Amino acid sequence: MPEPKILIFAAEMAYRAADQAGLMKAWYPVATYIVRIPCTSMLRPELIIYAFEKGFDGVFVASSGPDCPFLGESCVGKTSQRIEKAYELMKGRGIEPERLLMSGVCSTCVETLVGKTKEFKETLSRLGPVKR
Amino acid sequence: MRDRIGVYICHCGGNISDVVDVERVAEAVGKIPEVVVARTYVFMCSDPGQKLIEEDIRKYDLNGIVVASCSPHLHEKTFRSAVSRGGMNPYVYEQVNIREHVSWVHKHSPEEATEKAIRLVKAGVAKVSLARELSEIRLDVKPTALVIGAGLAGMRAAVDLAKMGVDVHLVEKEHFVGGWIAKGYKAYPEGKPGSEVIRELIEEMKSGKIRLLTGAEVLSVTGSVGNFQVRIKVRPRFVVGECDRFEEAMEKCPVEVDDEFNEGLRKRKAIYQIPTYPELPAIDIASCNRCGECVKVCGEAIDLNQQSEVVDIEASMIIMATGFKPYTPKEGEFGFGRKGIITLPQFERLLALSNGKLTYDGREVRDVAFIYCVGSRNDEHEYCSRYCCTATINAALAAKELGIRSYHIYRDIRTYGKYETYYEDAGKNRMLFFRFTPDSPPEVRTEGEKLLVKVRDQLTFGEEVEIPVDLVVLVTGMELAESEIYGMLKIPFSRDGFLQEVHPKLRPVETAIGGVLIAGTCQSPKDVMETSASASAAAAKAATYLLKGYTELEPFIAEIDAEKCNACEDCVAECPSGAISMSEIGGSKVAVVNGALCRGCGACAGICPVEAINLRGYYYDQLRKMIDALLEV
Ligand code: SF4
Ligand code: SF4
Repeated sequence: MPEPKILIFAAEMAYRAADQAGLMKAWYPVATYIVRIPCTSMLRPELIIYAFEKGFDGVFVASSGPDCPFLGESCVGKTSQRIEKAYELMKGRGIEPERLLMSGVCSTCVETLVGKTKEFKETLSRLGPVKR
Repeated sequence: MRDRIGVYICHCGGNISDVVDVERVAEAVGKIPEVVVARTYVFMCSDPGQKLIEEDIRKYDLNGIVVASCSPHLHEKTFRSAVSRGGMNPYVYEQVNIREHVSWVHKHSPEEATEKAIRLVKAGVAKVSLARELSEIRLDVKPTALVIGAGLAGMRAAVDLAKMGVDVHLVEKEHFVGGWIAKGYKAYPEGKPGSEVIRELIEEMKSGKIRLLTGAEVLSVTGSVGNFQVRIKVRPRFVVGECDRFEEAMEKCPVEVDDEFNEGLRKRKAIYQIPTYPELPAIDIASCNRCGECVKVCGEAIDLNQQSEVVDIEASMIIMATGFKPYTPKEGEFGFGRKGIITLPQFERLLALSNGKLTYDGREVRDVAFIYCVGSRNDEHEYCSRYCCTATINAALAAKELGIRSYHIYRDIRTYGKYETYYEDAGKNRMLFFRFTPDSPPEVRTEGEKLLVKVRDQLTFGEEVEIPVDLVVLVTGMELAESEIYGMLKIPFSRDGFLQEVHPKLRPVETAIGGVLIAGTCQSPKDVMETSASASAAAAKAATYLLKGYTELEPFIAEIDAEKCNACEDCVAECPSGAISMSEIGGSKVAVVNGALCRGCGACAGICPVEAINLRGYYYDQLRKMIDALLEV
């Protein structure tokens, strides 16, 4: 299969980590597209499903974790709720849960971001394309 | 729909163009119907680069701009200004990151990198094509500030602000100012006693611009940046006037309780004073038995029936300087609770109370063991408080002058920067260092009058040593001081449990709550120098808003479509800042956002069941269209 396409929703701090990854020339899969949002609590589960339906193989929700400048610690809880909902919707559509990944990524957590993205690509390659 | 978009692809010298075929990107996006002009340029952020945008806007009558270059964190403001100068709304602009996110990370696959850049730029165009014109939220600001906490940070910030012409309300929950610094024996690096540092600040404070409220606690805060209304309760001091016989009154008072200022090492009376400010005693009514002895001495200067007062103030900004509390070891932790086992703050007070001789419990102290990292760097507190190593060595050096030998039982020593010389001095002064690992912590046992500290010393490859001492000092780190105010203001906490700044480097003294700044140790453990520096920084930051007369907030707040809202109120509960309320509009109930309170997280939008809420600048139709664009072939 062609390289799996990954969509990363990167919140404030995670976006900075991605910038840092650039600065450090840290490689991650090319077919990774980063979309900047302020905080992952704004992600509607339907938007995640939309990405799958349009053809993304995996969605990585990179929140700021407890460093979230908007919500602090409570960011993780709020984002997890969206993710839970998204899992339910995915189940209904027969989309494998492994295709949705959430992680807190602090502004300097380059290794988390890059490492998880690489692993994610492996998982997605194994799964093959989304059944639509 | 924006149908006259200009796209600018930056070479960034060769940073981008060495990897990404920028001409091909321009050519590809140039084919999008809405794109009127697509150019490449060697340095978009340069003056001529910016001019290019300005001129094109006029020449082609553009109504949307995309710049594909470095990270928006570097130049979003630059390009927004250029777009503004060109006569367009600055928020119909999108910066696409093809340097950090493309050329730098994919430099070995230029072909794929170019394709990726094309997709990302197309997504940028998609986003701009649906962008709405936004404007900053402008708020009038009066030069008044509230500073909460009158320790070193609060006093420093208040004094700095007052000097810049700001009216300051300084609120302290205790009856005396000074906080922890007032208790310090000799602050490093210059060895000035804490009480003197405070005295100098107090002198500076007497400018008339600072209104000090002691014994005061914040009851409620409403409003938002530029317009906070704060209700404060001032507890009575019971000492209402001057009298030159206060000393005598304090002698006569029959009640004795532990003296907090001396960390419980001494007793004080119910009417008491500490050597800071105001120079007027206070009566701690919880322990006072109302016998009236003090009144017999001081007459009208004391009023045992004084009532609390409620004071309402207005402030445009709030500086949090609520400080820290030292970690309190658990009963039995390294023997804590037994005689002779004390904390670092207690040791500081012992030093301050020493009169050429250090005594504890009536006996002279000769040997002291310091156990480091107590309550730090463990499962409960993962962080290092960092000030405590230097503070301990500094205290041990002061104790050395009183003829005290010290033994340092540590995990790691961090006397960074200017303070490394202290560590050297400690060695020169024959202080002994033993290093332990977290899996074999030292043990403390009591044998008669002596305390014995057993440690498996890593410096001698695991040899077990037992050191007899008179005093064991547990070097405790910092925790955030408790306060109701955090909850009232809804400030986010960091993972270490301190107050969270927006960004440690870019916005280090601001919180997510507009108009609420942080100074000193409520943000993280800090030493005296760092505390002063952060307080001055917060004051300076506040002043830039306060003295301008108005402030502008970014427009990225929640926007509710009243037509779609079904009044379920889910968003009201989800909003962390209480920015959403239900309102009657045209006869039906709908949710509305208070723009000054909204912090722009989008949590409400994420939970609304009918997509009635959007976050400005990140409208869901924009995000969907971006997804479409990223997947186009
Ligand atoms: S969650 Fe949506 S529908 Fe419910 S009240 Fe809020 S805006 Fe209206
Ligand atoms: S975006 Fe919504 S949830 Fe977040 S602060 Fe604003 S109104 Fe509240």
